[in-house]
Amino acid sequence: MLAMNYRGPRRVRIDHKPMPTIKHPEDAIVRVTRSCICGSDLHLYNGNVPDTRVGMTFGHEFIGVVEEIGPEVHKVKVGDQVLVPFNIACGKCTFCQQGLYGNCHESNPQATAVGGIFGYSHTAGGYDGGQAEFVRVPYANFGPTVIPPEMDPDDAVLLTDVVPTGYQAAEMGGIQPGDTVVVFGAGPVGIMAARCAWLFGAGRVIVIDHVDYRLEFVRNYAPCEAYNFKEMDDPVLFIKKITDWLGADVCIDAVGAEAEGSALQTITGRKLLIQAGSATALHWAINSVKKGGIVSIVGVYGPTDNLVPIGNVVNKGITIRANQASVKRLLPRLIEHIQNGILNPKAMITHRVPLEEVAEAYNIFANKLDNCIKPVLIPSAKG
Amino acid sequence: METIETKPKDYSHILGWGIDADPKNDPTYPIKNRTDRDGVPVEQKGYTWERPSQQPVDIEVLHSNERPNVSAVFGTSVPPSGLSGHIRRFAFRFSESEYGHWLPLLIADRVNVVEGIIDDLKQSRVPNIFAEKGMKADWKYNRQGLLRQALIGVVVTATVFAFLSRKKRPHKA
Ligand SMILES: NC(=O)c1ccc[n+]([C@@H]2O[C@H](COP(=O)([O-])OP(=O)(O)OC[C@H]3O[C@@H](n4cnc5c(N)ncnc54)[C@H](O)[C@@H]3O)[C@@H](O)[C@H]2O)c1
Ligand SMILES: [Zn+2]
Ligand SMILES: [Zn+2]
Repeated sequence: MLAMNYRGPRRVRIDHKPMPTIKHPEDAIVRVTRSCICGSDLHLYNGNVPDTRVGMTFGHEFIGVVEEIGPEVHKVKVGDQVLVPFNIACGKCTFCQQGLYGNCHESNPQATAVGGIFGYSHTAGGYDGGQAEFVRVPYANFGPTVIPPEMDPDDAVLLTDVVPTGYQAAEMGGIQPGDTVVVFGAGPVGIMAARCAWLFGAGRVIVIDHVDYRLEFVRNYAPCEAYNFKEMDDPVLFIKKITDWLGADVCIDAVGAEAEGSALQTITGRKLLIQAGSATALHWAINSVKKGGIVSIVGVYGPTDNLVPIGNVVNKGITIRANQASVKRLLPRLIEHIQNGILNPKAMITHRVPLEEVAEAYNIFANKLDNCIKPVLIPSAKG
Repeated sequence: METIETKPKDYSHILGWGIDADPKNDPTYPIKNRTDRDGVPVEQKGYTWERPSQQPVDIEVLHSNERPNVSAVFGTSVPPSGLSGHIRRFAFRFSESEYGHWLPLLIADRVNVVEGIIDDLKQSRVPNIFAEKGMKADWKYNRQGLLRQALIGVVVTATVFAFLSRKKRPHKA
């Protein structure tokens, strides 16, 4: 089968790889019909996630058709069209039982701090991902969800990660009606977080980024205020000024480790790798939130340390709430929102690229070429 | 930039405004669900669970020393091998809390890139770096940037070449 093949930092290609096989009685094999490239893949692509092995296939956002099932699979059957949450979760462990499906303890031997994730380095379990024609899906009785027949596949594929992540970013913000919410990052996740902040009753939503076409998009899509931090001397001061000098009630970090905007953070976090990614957006979030406010982090960082003003967290009495999105927990509500026309995720898809051109797709998304917001890879043998 | 918008009071233009508002959303710790769900106490079962059946461990799986076992399922993407494999095995002697774990893994990743090129060459395949970097897309959407990069490359190479050949000249004479 064809699959994306990681060769080293910023080098990927399409190759023939052996077909995946059933390795556990609850496994399924899914024939992929669509897969996305995510901001999280850029951390891998840039070589910043430890234990990213050459030869691995990335891809944690995909949908497809069940092709084969293990002897103990009874929740899905061959031929079902399924969307597969990015987190690999058993549904049984103590964390899964609390709805923390992004923190499963039975899906990743290599690290205890993160659950298993498809196509996300050996630090997240060593699973090959969905940027391929076929993929092995463990715990098929729990994760894969049959796509409602009338749902657009483009909406379905965004339900595997971006929509629940943006929604959970807003949910974790504990937004109270009337609150001012600042979202850092106008990538797909930040865009969705801004849109969802309204669903929780936000009084005002502000997005900060430095890529004008993305700011333009989110301004209309959320809809919200959107500002370019490259045009400000000091983004924190800017936010204080437009929030009656007290700061935002809720700040959301939807940027993570590839953040720009601070030379010190960029050199130490993205070039020298002596911290676990550049923490510029998180730094701004902590310093822009009101005393007693909430910082919600969905931006992804590496497993070591980051330079953040933790003293201010203490002095301001800030609550930090963060996690990998618990996709399966949120799916029922989000499917409802899409069916009722409240959310329209597919509008974020700007590029459809044949799987064979995966290297170009990574370059376009990573370097924000051709006004790219969200690219979808389509295997040619699609059904 | 100086336009400071005032709070909109009417949200009728925002589809779905407030439909998921939850005044009780108190962002404290999520594992309180262990003892209390929506205010109703739940039965205490402690931190044990009936484990899913174990995927046969028929390849080398490195596991964090912060857990006693291999998780019930695991990925089989690229088992450790070669020099990078040795470095990875060394890294797994340290817990996730130690640089001794993560730094060797990053080094192993870089060593692994060289191993990947050697593997390609062994299969008489010269990696096409231009294609792997997806530079066709630069040619289409970022031609100026690409040309600028190429120009810098040419200038650097020419300078180095000129420097080296100048050193040689007196030698020859
Ligand atoms: N927690 C989760 O479950 C989860 C799931 C998916 C993605 N993520 C993470 O969310 C983050 C965003 O994902 P994405 O797909 O939208 O990625 P993306 O790379 O498309 O978007 C990031 C955006 O942040 C902008 N940016 C850079 N520096 C900034 C700064 N200092 N302030 C404000 N904006 C800045 C970039 O211009 C870009 O538009 C990534 O870190 C990704 O790993 C987390
Ligand atoms: Zn993702
Ligand atoms: Zn679990």
